[in-house]
This record gives sequence, C-alpha cells and structure tokens, in this order.
Amino acid sequence: MTEVCHVATRKGLFTLERAGAGWGIARASFLGDNCTLAVADPRSGHLFATLNHGHFGVKMHRSPDGGATWQEIAAPVYPEKPEGYVPKTPVEGTPADWALKLVWAIQPGGADEPGVIWCGTMPGGLFRSTDHGDSWAINRPLWDDPRREEWFGGGADHPGIHSICVDPRDSAHVLIGISCGGAWRTRDGGATWDLAGTGMRAEFMPPERAFEPNVQDPHLLVQCPRDPDVLWVQHHNGIFRSVDGGVTWLEIADVKPSTFGFAVAVHPHDPETAWFVPAIKDEKRIPVDGRVVVTRTRDGGRTFETLSRGLPQEHAYDLVFRHALDVDATGTTLAFGSTTGSLWISEDGGDSWQAVSANLPPVHAVRFA
Amino acid sequence: MAHVRFTANIQRHVACPPEDVEGATLGAVLDAYFVRHPAARGYVLDDQGRVRKHMAVFIGGRQLEDRRGLADPVGPDEAVDVVQSLSGGATS
Repeated sequence: MTEVCHVATRKGLFTLERAGAGWGIARASFLGDNCTLAVADPRSGHLFATLNHGHFGVKMHRSPDGGATWQEIAAPVYPEKPEGYVPKTPVEGTPADWALKLVWAIQPGGADEPGVIWCGTMPGGLFRSTDHGDSWAINRPLWDDPRREEWFGGGADHPGIHSICVDPRDSAHVLIGISCGGAWRTRDGGATWDLAGTGMRAEFMPPERAFEPNVQDPHLLVQCPRDPDVLWVQHHNGIFRSVDGGVTWLEIADVKPSTFGFAVAVHPHDPETAWFVPAIKDEKRIPVDGRVVVTRTRDGGRTFETLSRGLPQEHAYDLVFRHALDVDATGTTLAFGSTTGSLWISEDGGDSWQAVSANLPPVHAVRFA
Repeated sequence: MAHVRFTANIQRHVACPPEDVEGATLGAVLDAYFVRHPAARGYVLDDQGRVRKHMAVFIGGRQLEDRRGLADPVGPDEAVDVVQSLSGGATS
C-alpha cells in the first residue's frame, strides 16, 4: 500500500506519496486557500480538510477518495448567544465571541462508533458529528460549564481545543487539550467532564496560581495507542507526561536544547518513545542557535537524543506548529513541516531526515493517512 | 424586488448567482436569497447571523449600518451588493 502524508498549508493542501524513488508531492488541493488542518479517518477512508477563508469564514470539506474529489460539508456552528448575555474574557475583560474562528482539531471516534467525528474549535468549542461530518452538535455540558468561561487565549485572541484523544479501549473515554484551559476528561462520551491536568505548571501565571489545572497551556496532547494511559504534552513552558490516563502529570525538565516547542508525537506501540521539535521559548520562537533539530526520548523522558542528520544546522529559522509533526502507524516514518515551508521526512525513527520540499507555503499541519 | 449581487471572489467557493428577491429589510432579502442558495449563508453571515467581519454590504450604494440585526431598509428595485471589504481577511 502506498504510504501517504497530507500537508496542510497557508496556500493549500499537498498530498505526499512514497513512490519508488522516494517521497514527493503527488497532489495539490485548494491551491491558494488557507488549509489549516487535514485528517484522515481510517474507518471510513474519508479525508477531512478545513479551510479558513479570511473573508468568508471557516469551511470544512470531505473527500471520499484521498483528495481526488471534495465536497463541502457543514461547518460547526456555535449556539445562539442568549439575549443580554455578555460573557467576558477572563484576562482582557473584553466580550467573548460565540462564533467559529478556527477548526483546531478533528478526531475520528472509536472503531465501534463509525461516523462519529470529534471537532475542537476556537473559541473553546467541542463539537461532535455522528454522520461523518454532515452535521455537528456542540457539546453542551462542556460549553455550559462555568469553568469553560475561564479559558483564555494562548498565542491567539481566543482559547481553543487543539487535542482530542479517544481511548482505543473505550470510545466514551475522551481527553482533550485546551490552550489555555488545561486537559479535560470525560468517561461517558461527553455527558460529564472533569479537569485532568494536575501537575502541569504554568510559568506565565502568578506563582500562587501556577499549578491551577484550568490555566494550563498544553500546546499539544498525544496518547499512545498501544498504552493509552500514557500521554505526552508539549506545554508552553515544558514537557509533561502522564501514566495514569491524564489525571496527574510529571514535568520533564532539563532537556537540551530546549523544552519549549509546539509539537509532540508519541510512538504508536512504545509509550516510552516520543519526539519533539524544540525552539527558543515563547518570546522568540526560533530554533536554538539557528539549528533545526528533533529531540527523541526512548526511555519515558529520562534521557533525550538530539537528532539533526539531514536537517539544516545554520541560519535556519523554521518553527514547527503543534499539528505539523506526525508519526505513522509503524512508528518508523515521521514527517514535520515548518512555518518557512520546509517539509522533512524520516524513515528511520528520526535518526536521519530528508527534505521533501523547502518551498511550500507556511505549514499548519502534517498528517499521515 | 431587490436585486442581489455578489462579489466575483466568492464564486470560486460557492455559487452565488444574481437573483431578484422580495424583502423590505436586508435581513428579509438575504433570508429569501439563502432559501434559494443555502450554501451561501455561511460565507456571508457568521454563527450569530451577523455580517462577517471582513464582508461589506451596500444597499442602493449605501453602506450597511446594522451589521448585527440586518434591519437596514431595502427599497423596491434597489440593488444589494455583497462584496468583500479590502480591510483584513487575507494575511498574506
């Protein structure tokens, strides 16, 4: 079977395939349009893509054939704000909007619930479809939770749900990550929610509030499919790991060259192995010393290797966004793309990398099919 | 009948042919138009039914005033032009 990787960029969706000679761009979709995310559903074979048109709003499209043909489907719609209700953002105190700004996560449901798709949005919405994305319903228990209104934007004007992990052992067990709102967990398919980020630490808050779970900024939260109790987070100010399904988290410090970054990928079969793409922390957001590297741990975060073979090692200013690193189902092939339009692939678990392109538009997301 | 016309830029994404529709306010005119072309609604209005931030509407050449409630009157035989504003929208 041909291996396929979808690269969502500021100017379109590019589909990479591995042919005899190696990886190359096989197809471009939505050329010129801002494609912010592309996710394949392995159950149905559908490919979902989200477009963020500056003037015309956020749209969703679905392909039944890997991107050869597309159909526009419904976009999530926020509920009508009650008359006279003016919620305010917790940090700035400005009126909070109830309108879709960004689709930030698309996650197919469990194997036992075909057609179910979860969708995380900005500002702070979690939507669910039971018909492959033909229609969406906002999760009211989470939306109506007063603690949800305490969420605030991290690097954006609005809080957003960017990570959705569906437990492969139990489809009703879902963990989500919010910037900034920490990690939340449901055990009953979304009827009730608990805050689940104990142990995460927020340097950006006053010290007495640093460990409040609801203020945390996990940039991305990923779950090991083989051992779903193990989760990794690339957080705004560090790396965290949970071995109890996300209830408690331990910080992993002193990782060179930096513990700042956006992306993390976990090995599908080995919960001890994870990859990160580090950068100088938040106020700069460029690679340390102008060198693009990937850091990898294979022992649960006790030690890390710095992987650089095939990556630019001088005057490189590529930043890798949270959805722009992915590992395939074997755990051997990885890909990541950057804000300056580079796309690298490794076929040996990160030991070495090859540039597929250095001329793509800014990359928002990279996902293996 | 109001004569509703759309910017050419939107046509790449969704079909918005010119139509003559009934309605005494902009809201009524657009509702009537979206009955015929439902896919166009989300391209012009946001989740709360407001004109999208970077869209502009002219009624008989006058700029829309009520972007939230769409209560601006539309005279018989007036043109309603739905265009994109040049402010914002595209970051690069």
